Amino acid sequence: MRTELLAAAGSIEQMERYIEAGANAVLIGEARFGMRLPGNIPEDRIAEAIDRAHRAGAKAYVSVNKLFRNSELPALPGYLKRLAEAKADAVVFGDPAVLLNVREAAPELPLHWNAEMTGTNSATSAYWGRRGAVRSVLARELNEEEILDLKGRSGMEIQVQVHGMTNIYHSQRNLLQSYMDHLGREARLVEQGPDRGRFLVEAERPEEKLPVYEDENGTHVMSADDIALLEALPELLNARVDSLYIETLLKPESYNLTAIRIYRQAIEAWERDPEGYECLEEWLDALHGQQPSDRELSFGFLYKEQVY
Amino acid sequence: MNGTIERTANGGKGKRYRLDKPELLAPAGSLEKLKIAVHYGADAVYIGGQKYGLRSNADNFSFEEMREGVEFAARYGAKVFVATNIYAHQEDLEGIEEYLRRLEEVGISAIIAADPIIVETAMRVAPGLEVHLSTQQSTMNWQAVDYWKQEGLPRVVLARETSMEEIREMKERVDIELEVFIHGAMCSSVSGRCVLSNHFTDRDSNRGGCCQSCRWKYDLHEGGVSVMEEGDNPFTMGSKDLCMIKHVPDLIEAGVDSFKIEGRMKSIHYVASVVNAYRQAIDSYMADPQRYELNPAWVEEIGKAANRPLNTGFFYSTPGAEEHIYEAEEKPAPYDFAALVLDYDESTGIATVQQRSPFRPGMEVEFFGPGGRSFKQKLGELTDEQGNPLDAARHPLQAIKLRTDHPVERLDLMRKRIM
Ligand code: SF4
Repeated sequence: MRTELLAAAGSIEQMERYIEAGANAVLIGEARFGMRLPGNIPEDRIAEAIDRAHRAGAKAYVSVNKLFRNSELPALPGYLKRLAEAKADAVVFGDPAVLLNVREAAPELPLHWNAEMTGTNSATSAYWGRRGAVRSVLARELNEEEILDLKGRSGMEIQVQVHGMTNIYHSQRNLLQSYMDHLGREARLVEQGPDRGRFLVEAERPEEKLPVYEDENGTHVMSADDIALLEALPELLNARVDSLYIETLLKPESYNLTAIRIYRQAIEAWERDPEGYECLEEWLDALHGQQPSDRELSFGFLYKEQVY
Repeated sequence: MNGTIERTANGGKGKRYRLDKPELLAPAGSLEKLKIAVHYGADAVYIGGQKYGLRSNADNFSFEEMREGVEFAARYGAKVFVATNIYAHQEDLEGIEEYLRRLEEVGISAIIAADPIIVETAMRVAPGLEVHLSTQQSTMNWQAVDYWKQEGLPRVVLARETSMEEIREMKERVDIELEVFIHGAMCSSVSGRCVLSNHFTDRDSNRGGCCQSCRWKYDLHEGGVSVMEEGDNPFTMGSKDLCMIKHVPDLIEAGVDSFKIEGRMKSIHYVASVVNAYRQAIDSYMADPQRYELNPAWVEEIGKAANRPLNTGFFYSTPGAEEHIYEAEEKPAPYDFAALVLDYDESTGIATVQQRSPFRPGMEVEFFGPGGRSFKQKLGELTDEQGNPLDAARHPLQAIKLRTDHPVERLDLMRKRIM
């Protein structure tokens, strides 16, 4: 089986370009149901998107991972039915309300459990497995030892982010808008959605720029660095991590295309010959070459010990 | 829960609601705080044990202290809950069963858990423990509440983002107890969805390592330049504290089963004052809902122990500029905790108190106790236990004898005016 390389796409055309570049699975959806997508594919086009992903030979996962309010629940059964009819390969969820709705309205839809920073151990992954999930998406704040141990024990498909920024704070408050109001400035930030123009700098850490944006789901603060686990790929592949995810949010498409191509090449090289595999300088050069100078490429939490 | 009353909502039209007296649930960061919280009227307290809680601190309860706390609380008919609300990592998995069994053994009534594996394990190995779903799960719609109901949980602590209207709908649709934060500091993020501290300091916020990074100062850049101009306050994500003392009837009528006060790290002065205020408000409403009126003394009572900017969170609308903190956060409280009453001799009118901060003869102090009992006086002569006069009570925990203008009771507090 080819290891899955998954990327989020913001439009049907972009999805096809990412598949062309080497993604064999795509994550799509819209902000009414999913959070932090690079763009919206509206409900009336989602079936077409799924179909076109399939024709291009890729799986299509739909993000339904937001935390819902009472008033948003009635839209769920219809949406899920539509996804099931369109043969979506999975629905990604964090809110248990989605699980109940899938059971009721579209029991044939496979489920991927993604509760962002709270997917931290194998027993909890297995818990959601017993409730019907086939895949567990891991928190980015785990180190390698934890990831490998978790993969060995959960008995589920495991998805690990290998590249891009990560969400480090999510609020349902409109914090940027509130601040602009406090300063007495004109601003309409919610309408802008994911936008590359804004970042936060903490007073003691002038080097770190945290991208921040606001949309209908609230305020999202992203990491100051981009993770790049290319050099750790053999360990992840050896452990049979099922899906490697590239976060495309807030990046130009050309950047994402390069990342997808390189990870695809690396995966293929490893699969052809795991023993003789070598991480090529040219891959690293390409990743580093396109990295903006004010954003570090890092291993994220892969080799860290956290305290508490 | 006791004290069920019936009343007709919506001005006589609409349906009849059966209103149960809500539980008042207070934080207790130590055995002493537990005793104070219960004595001042909490129906239940929540504490942290040595493991699996989000407040890693030296005061966390040992099993022995838990047993003592449970016994003390039982005398008042109160319950003790333990927060086991971390999101576990691989290394935390071993030992959960053993820990939960011990909690059951020492008489804990419920755990407050976020990680489903802790929820499920508790139901399997410690059936005598109720499992309450922590706010860390950020449950904010009625179907998510229903999911946990179907899983067998008797209670969900709702996300702080839930509105009054949404709570009402949850209560109508799902037969389960709803616990709601009504007072104290709160995350400005969706609970559990913040790893700022992990990124800045390698401390895991979902296992108790949060360093309040949301309250730090940030510069917001737009198109490469700072939006700040001379004299502007920096950006922060810090939220004002929640305070619902003025809205107790709304909460009861929405069907909230448990009123939760935040603050396991807070002082006994704070816990006593806040519990005291809400206890009186709830009791007064339940005694006669039609004629209930907010007593300004309750609001004042809260302000005496802490002077933090307050707001009503998401209950009535999404917080905006007014609900966040951009300027100096906290002004000093007008009163400081000075002593705890240990004993009172009716025949002489002399109280024995334990010093908690220095005081001296001539100082203006206030004594207060459960139920809103309070009076002010000037301190007269102070002596030590042997009757030797003192020019000041300087030593922490020293027993001091002094005359009070009115009778006081054991566990009353004495606070001194500092501004
Ligand atoms: S930094 Fe703030 S929002 Fe984040 S966990 Fe800590 S208190 Fe909550």
